[in-house]
Amino acid sequence: MQPLLTYTLRQGDRALVLAQRLLEAITHAPEIEEDMALSNLALDLIGQSRALYTYAGELEGPVEGAPRDEDHYAYWREQHEFLNPLLVEQPNGDFAQIIVRQFLHDAYALPFWQAMTSSSDATLAALAAKSVKETAYHLRHARSWVVRLGDGTDESHARAQAAVEQLWRFTGELFEHDAVEDELTAAGIAADQAALQAAWRSTVTDALAEATLEVPEGGVMQSGGRVGRHSESFSRLIGELQVLARAHPGATW
Amino acid sequence: MSSKADWPLWEVFVRAKRGVSHVHAGTVHAPDAELALQNARDLFTRRSEGVSLWVVKSNDITASDPDDSEALFEPAADKTFRHPTDFELPDEVANM
Repeated sequence: MQPLLTYTLRQGDRALVLAQRLLEAITHAPEIEEDMALSNLALDLIGQSRALYTYAGELEGPVEGAPRDEDHYAYWREQHEFLNPLLVEQPNGDFAQIIVRQFLHDAYALPFWQAMTSSSDATLAALAAKSVKETAYHLRHARSWVVRLGDGTDESHARAQAAVEQLWRFTGELFEHDAVEDELTAAGIAADQAALQAAWRSTVTDALAEATLEVPEGGVMQSGGRVGRHSESFSRLIGELQVLARAHPGATW
Repeated sequence: MSSKADWPLWEVFVRAKRGVSHVHAGTVHAPDAELALQNARDLFTRRSEGVSLWVVKSNDITASDPDDSEALFEPAADKTFRHPTDFELPDEVANM
């Protein structure tokens, strides 16, 4: 697979899989207002994934005469073909886990899109200009909640700290780089992973301090999602995502 | 996790565009003012309805008593001389 296609799918899958997890949470948020907030985040992420998949279809070109559209990438690929980082597929758990996962993700996604606004790839740069505004709001919302949960009651603090410790091991993968990123970064297309990590670290350290939460130190990082190796719960997520399209191919409504 | 009883109600005011007033749009629940603004943004401006938002705790609003409405409002009914009907509005004034 050409590097730019892999890079585009990694980002599209990141957005789609996180959106799917957020949609699972709807009706489980503490208030209907927060259900609305989470679904708004999900809608923005689905919009980003659709644009990225459309671009992936242009990059890949027709396969056996059939052009690939966004539905192909969402509904007709197998699990191991999804290239999202493990962080975004982690199960929802409680509200603290949903929020901490979102925050750890958004603290990466904002500097990612900011960097991509100056990508030498015109399509990705144009998409970044739109996504950076959406993501700035996502980060603000998630960060607000991290501070409130961490610096809230004893119970909310304990749950938020547990969520940070549980999800921390999946944050290293966000900044991994292989030949795909290295080649594209050298070409001015991809964001520099090391620079993203520095920005992420600063955002996370600052917010966790305000939230009176401890930043985990050391520990083993888990990865594999970016190359198609996913955690156990991923098969159920993908099954739910794809079941309707596969039961009724080509259905419209 | 907070129960519903912990989240106060906030009145939301939306300004549709520059130059017009904020108009009451409805209410949201939120644990504090910052999140009330975010919830109001998600609920009342999702279809580009506004360029500015105010939120205020419902409890902080002092409202007139419906039982007082005769005394408060009916005395104005027969004082037509208070209406500026004899003035012509210039065409340039779009929002009045």
